[in-house]
Amino acid sequence: MGSVVLFNLFRFVALIALQVVLFKNVGYYNLATPFPYILIIFLLPINIPNFILFLLAFATGLTVDAFYDSIGVHAAACVALAWFRIFFHKITLDVDAQNSFETPALGNMGSKWFLSYIAIGTVVHHIVLFHVEYFSFSNYLSTLLSILLSSIFTILLIMLISLLVYRRKSRLLGN
Amino acid sequence: MKNLWLFLVRYNAFFWFVLFFTVSLLLVVQNNRYQRSAFVNSSNVVVGSFYDKLNSWKSYLALEETNKNLAQENAELRQQLQKFILADTLDSVQIADSIEENRYRFTIAEVVNNSIHQKSNFITINKGSSEGVEKGLGVITSNGVVGVVLNVSPHFSTIQSLLHPDTRVSVTLDTTNVFGSLAWGNNVDPRFALVRDIPNHVKVQKGMKIYTSGFSLFPKGIEIGTVEETGIVSGESFLDVKIRLRTNFSNLNHVYVVKDLLENEKNLLETQTEDNNG
Repeated sequence: MGSVVLFNLFRFVALIALQVVLFKNVGYYNLATPFPYILIIFLLPINIPNFILFLLAFATGLTVDAFYDSIGVHAAACVALAWFRIFFHKITLDVDAQNSFETPALGNMGSKWFLSYIAIGTVVHHIVLFHVEYFSFSNYLSTLLSILLSSIFTILLIMLISLLVYRRKSRLLGN
Repeated sequence: MKNLWLFLVRYNAFFWFVLFFTVSLLLVVQNNRYQRSAFVNSSNVVVGSFYDKLNSWKSYLALEETNKNLAQENAELRQQLQKFILADTLDSVQIADSIEENRYRFTIAEVVNNSIHQKSNFITINKGSSEGVEKGLGVITSNGVVGVVLNVSPHFSTIQSLLHPDTRVSVTLDTTNVFGSLAWGNNVDPRFALVRDIPNHVKVQKGMKIYTSGFSLFPKGIEIGTVEETGIVSGESFLDVKIRLRTNFSNLNHVYVVKDLLENEKNLLETQTEDNNG
């Protein structure tokens, strides 16, 4: 239990630092900007209570907002991502898996499940993020383009990070 | 009660989501300048174009009145033109000041939203910063003063109407050249306003005309109204005069935004003078 908290805390600090020091300055004009810090929310333990999950997602978003000077924008997107996470776990995991305290990482869940989890979640997060940030439906095509390119960028980076820290442990899913 | 509790527990993820998402959006709208202006500004695209649409229908109803006013204005202008045509140019020396002629630039605009029944009244017009309207410009109509531009967006502007407790216009009293300041004050009737700070020794009579003084945003000599009631005493040595406004605020349609092209020069000189005086 204690080590889980410690691991998550370490992941939080490391990913936020990476985000604001490195990835904030990386991007293809304003079209594609990566936000791999959302891996923090993806990798929280599976059976975490809903309220704690939302609270942590909100806090993560707010921390990034503080560095991006955009109070509330990332918080809103992260809260949406937390909701997606609950929904996705409910429809893809069986009861045993839902009650385990495992981290839903690449090594535990298998690549098929993990890739769809990351891909759909990232798209959900980016859709909310860019809509709240642009806050208008004028020039909508460029908003959609930003969402698409940034999502691809973020997914690639998250998969890269996941492979770098890949550790095969137990398999919760049968494949 | 139990069922309600079960319902809340069953869908707790959704309710937490709604709660946290609302808090986030509140933070966004409260703290970010861009989103706030896009969200609540009365001259934003959605509200502005709605009023624009509405007005395009409403303007048909006022067509007769508008035509009459325009014809009347035409007549007045023609009369003024006649004076120049008839003036004998041969034996008068031309000393026309060409700067003064082009001092003001007028932009015609259509009123798309108007209020007269509030304590503070505002007007929205369909010209904005892309047509050269700026914050703080004066707005007049063919027969009087309307107000001051308060906010501009690319295609719309909001105007602080003369019917607003904070609006002041510098005016002169008929031929006496005494000046005072026009204010709607805490009035409720859109037909009347007050002229404050007229010195006590001036003989004010009912029916005297009030003109703009040219000290502030508005060109000199626009007729604002006529004296309705005299001798409302405000203090020891000043009179308050009640006047009947010439502008009919209840059916405003076309207005002119006035840009004083020499305003910067004048302000610069005046601040220099103030600086010198310490």
